[in-house]
Amino acid sequence: MTGWSEIAQYIMSGLTTGSVYALVAIGFCLVYNATRIVNFAQGDFLSLGGLMMYSFLVVSGVPVWLSFPGAVLVVAVVGGLLERLCLRPARSREITNLIFITIAASILMRGLFKQVWGKDAMALPPLSPDQPMRFLGATFTPQNMWVLLITVLCIALLMLFFRFTLTGKAIRATAANPRAAALMGIDTNRMTMYSFGLAGALGATAGALITPITSLSYGVGVIIGLKGFAAAVLGGYGSFAGAILGGVALGLFESLAAGMISSAYKDVFAFVALLAALFIRPGGFMGVTEKERV
Amino acid sequence: MNSSGKSFFIVMALLAAIIGAVPLVVTNPYYLNTLNVVALHVIIVTGLNMLIGFAGHISLGHAAFFGLGAYTSGILTGSYGWPPLFTIFFAAAAVACLALIIGVPTLRLKGNYLVMATLGFNIIVGVFMVQLDNLTGGPSGYAGVPPLQFFGRSMDSDLNFYGLVWAVALTGMILARNLAYSRVGRGLRALHDSPAAAAAVGVPIERTKVKVFIFSAVYASVAGSLYAHYYGIITPKTFDIFKSVELVTMCIIGGMGSLWGGFFGAAFLTPLPELLDFFQEYSDIIFGGILLVLLIFMPEGLVGWIEKRFQGSRKEAD
Repeated sequence: MTGWSEIAQYIMSGLTTGSVYALVAIGFCLVYNATRIVNFAQGDFLSLGGLMMYSFLVVSGVPVWLSFPGAVLVVAVVGGLLERLCLRPARSREITNLIFITIAASILMRGLFKQVWGKDAMALPPLSPDQPMRFLGATFTPQNMWVLLITVLCIALLMLFFRFTLTGKAIRATAANPRAAALMGIDTNRMTMYSFGLAGALGATAGALITPITSLSYGVGVIIGLKGFAAAVLGGYGSFAGAILGGVALGLFESLAAGMISSAYKDVFAFVALLAALFIRPGGFMGVTEKERV
Repeated sequence: MNSSGKSFFIVMALLAAIIGAVPLVVTNPYYLNTLNVVALHVIIVTGLNMLIGFAGHISLGHAAFFGLGAYTSGILTGSYGWPPLFTIFFAAAAVACLALIIGVPTLRLKGNYLVMATLGFNIIVGVFMVQLDNLTGGPSGYAGVPPLQFFGRSMDSDLNFYGLVWAVALTGMILARNLAYSRVGRGLRALHDSPAAAAAVGVPIERTKVKVFIFSAVYASVAGSLYAHYYGIITPKTFDIFKSVELVTMCIIGGMGSLWGGFFGAAFLTPLPELLDFFQEYSDIIFGGILLVLLIFMPEGLVGWIEKRFQGSRKEAD
């Protein structure tokens, strides 16, 4: 039988990965709201976040409080460049085409990462020295706490940004109605670029937080990125609240199912749950189910 | 420009002649092997293109159907001694049933939700291929699939398989073309252009979509069975989500919704990584770069791009 302490343990690790899924999912939503496309390079933002952190912290010996924001900044710039150099010059505005541009960019980025950082796994140290703590019978590390804390902080900062800054409001206006926003004098192209930059920053944050727990390699972001996509879909694509809810729900469910039933089938549980949820509610938790207009 | 009328069959006859003549010139088994893989891709992409181009649905799960065809054929012949030819049909029927079960709820989803659902399906199938190792051989794969036999000839030599797989591929293209110009096909095209209008004139939208989904799954399954009997060994990695992405990329690079587009997409992208092997570790970077440039500057695909170049002269000829 599974004891309470074990369940508490699963919940703890579920919340940790769930937070990371939520960060990635918000990144997907930001890009979707600005452009209506799925950015399949989101997972690579996550990889790059971890890899840059490794280069700053381990290779160059830059202190943690500087290498973390440094990694986030670099990936934010890469995100902006993806929009500026690959999506904006695209000859077609068709969604499918744009989505596959992000897939091609993802292949290219993974090739570059492999070239720069090599194929082998690297060990990224946690933000603060590992000292296992006990709470309600569950053992957790300071890194678990960091993940939760920084995720909450990111979400709070994003909310403040979108509510109170001019740029934040302009990004929201662009998402709501690009034409009207442009008529009001908003540089919508720039806002789209900022959205990609923010998505990059969120991906990098997720990467720098989770790779000390999982492992770090050039392709680590692929599967976490897909889970983040699943979380966004589960929550209702484009909704921030949905992304957070979807991420945490997916993380918890996955961790509990893996712990109590079978860890080999962890991904099966996650995606079967996702499919079942979609079949019952085709628009996700918070999504507005689109009405057919004839 | 159009694949209707006589021109399709003239081009098809020409293509068949060229393909038939190739083995007279190309004897290097390595090249023949690459061409065989091209043909397998042509089969899958032809089916997939019907779904993407005509029904307007992206599926990132077709590598799973490809894999299910391969594993069903492989395991039934290898472990249970079923006759290879029969299992190809059996696998196709089984995959068709599965596609029906999955297709009905999945195809109600739209856009990103549909993409996610098909991706999720592929990941689930992939995990089973790895985890059911008593049956599938696990991550290292399933070996010992017997080759197909025709008239006492074994179809696992590169040359023999070349004849078989290209015959299937071209037949598949002709079938798809006929389907596209049948009642179902006209309904599909109407569906792609305007679902509302199609529904208004009485096209059974849901049922047509599911039908074409099954059709494309069966194409993938047949390609999978042929693959299994050709190579004799199958591994889960061959059928992962990256394969699905690669297959859809072939449709898009070639030209969505065009049979020739699928053909050229497969013929262009299949050998590309092999050619790029020359650049060794840089091959991924160059491959991604080529895709990126093509998608940014040639969104209509190879066939669409060529059509646009020749449209002027073509119009005068009409």
